[in-house]
Amino acid sequence: MGDLSLLLTPVWLTVKLASVTTLILLLLGTPVAWWLAKSRSRWRPTVASLVAMPLVLPPTVLGFYLLLLLGPNGPVGSVTESFGIPRLPFSFTGLVIASVFYSLPFVVQPIQNAFETIGPRPFEIAATLRAGPWDRFFSVALPLARGGYFTAAVLGFAHTVGEFGVVLMIGGNIPGKTKVLSVAIYDHVEAMEYEAAHWLSGGMVAFSFLVLFLLQVFRKPIRISL
Amino acid sequence: MNEIEISVRAPIGQFVLVADTRISATGVTALFGRSGSGKTSPLRWVAGLQKAERGRLVVNGEVWEDNSRGIFVPPHRRGVGFVFQESALLPHLNVWGNLRYALRRAPSANNMDMIIERLGIRTLLHHAPHQLSGGERQRVAIARSLLIQPRILLLDEPLSALDQQGKEEILPFLELVKQESQVPILYVSHAIEEVRRFANSLLAFDGGRVSGPLPLEAIYVKNGQPSS
Repeated sequence: MGDLSLLLTPVWLTVKLASVTTLILLLLGTPVAWWLAKSRSRWRPTVASLVAMPLVLPPTVLGFYLLLLLGPNGPVGSVTESFGIPRLPFSFTGLVIASVFYSLPFVVQPIQNAFETIGPRPFEIAATLRAGPWDRFFSVALPLARGGYFTAAVLGFAHTVGEFGVVLMIGGNIPGKTKVLSVAIYDHVEAMEYEAAHWLSGGMVAFSFLVLFLLQVFRKPIRISL
Repeated sequence: MNEIEISVRAPIGQFVLVADTRISATGVTALFGRSGSGKTSPLRWVAGLQKAERGRLVVNGEVWEDNSRGIFVPPHRRGVGFVFQESALLPHLNVWGNLRYALRRAPSANNMDMIIERLGIRTLLHHAPHQLSGGERQRVAIARSLLIQPRILLLDEPLSALDQQGKEEILPFLELVKQESQVPILYVSHAIEEVRRFANSLLAFDGGRVSGPLPLEAIYVKNGQPSS
């Protein structure tokens, strides 16, 4: 049984990380997606590119800069440290922050697409029915974008589960704290523990298929673009 | 007081909207012009869905827009019942949901039962918008626009997307609304017959320029047809 709990600790940690990250991203991604969908600002291309960056950057690059940023001498790390906040790198919180950056486009883009497809008419209808801007957002935009939110949540979760490079750079390999599934598989293979690696990897294959299958069944096309 | 002052000179959509007129704030004023002459833009401007660079709009003594004084009342504070030409219902709500949307945001209690009865939509309450015929959709949209207790009713060719049968189905309801409603109605149309049946006065619309108010008979002269 000791073996099993050893095998499952990284799984549980990964599920926790992906859930927290997805939740934060849905909240944080909503205003970003809304702004990208509605704004005609000249800053829009810049922001859109920044949001899409994690799609093309090697995760190690992202992890490297986050490590410098969050480290005790970094611009963010030195501030958090002076407030007595525990050191961020090599902690679960640090992993969450890194994952938020890493999975950002996978959450923002489906929501943005959903907002864009609504078009102006439903908002005009709502406005003539005495609904103010916030009212319109909650009573029209959110319910009409729910398909986008479903896609965003599934993709955000699945993509966070699959991260490796960023975790390794910023989280290291601390069992029960930052050692997530993908890192655990790597360790098992390194140690020639192929059976354990098989269980975890096979599980990931099944999980990934299930996620994509679910998305197909619900007929919400995956649109991730640069 | 009982009038609508419209004074505007601004590009809206593909046209430069030019109007300088006062119309009575009772009864039905038809905004009449050929199809494709941009007749929707004045309605959208009155509703506040589009801003004009230079315009002044006063409805019953209340200034809704006056850009020389920096006044712009946003659409949700104007209280305009707007019936769009098509896709006028909120797609994620059924008929009852659409009516309730207006009901919850109305300034005071409503005689909803009467409105549902008059527009004959009681049996449709649990239908989704896509399950309705064009005529049924427009009836729901009209009922909904009445429920917000509008201070002006704007009808953007509510019949044009309908076939003859659909039109015949709606017109009696519109006439009922006209008789019972206390608010002014601005009605955009390119159909002479509709205007003749429904309107009290006329604004002619051509290439963005609004002229009038004109007597109803002007509709025949303008189109070079003998008056009947």
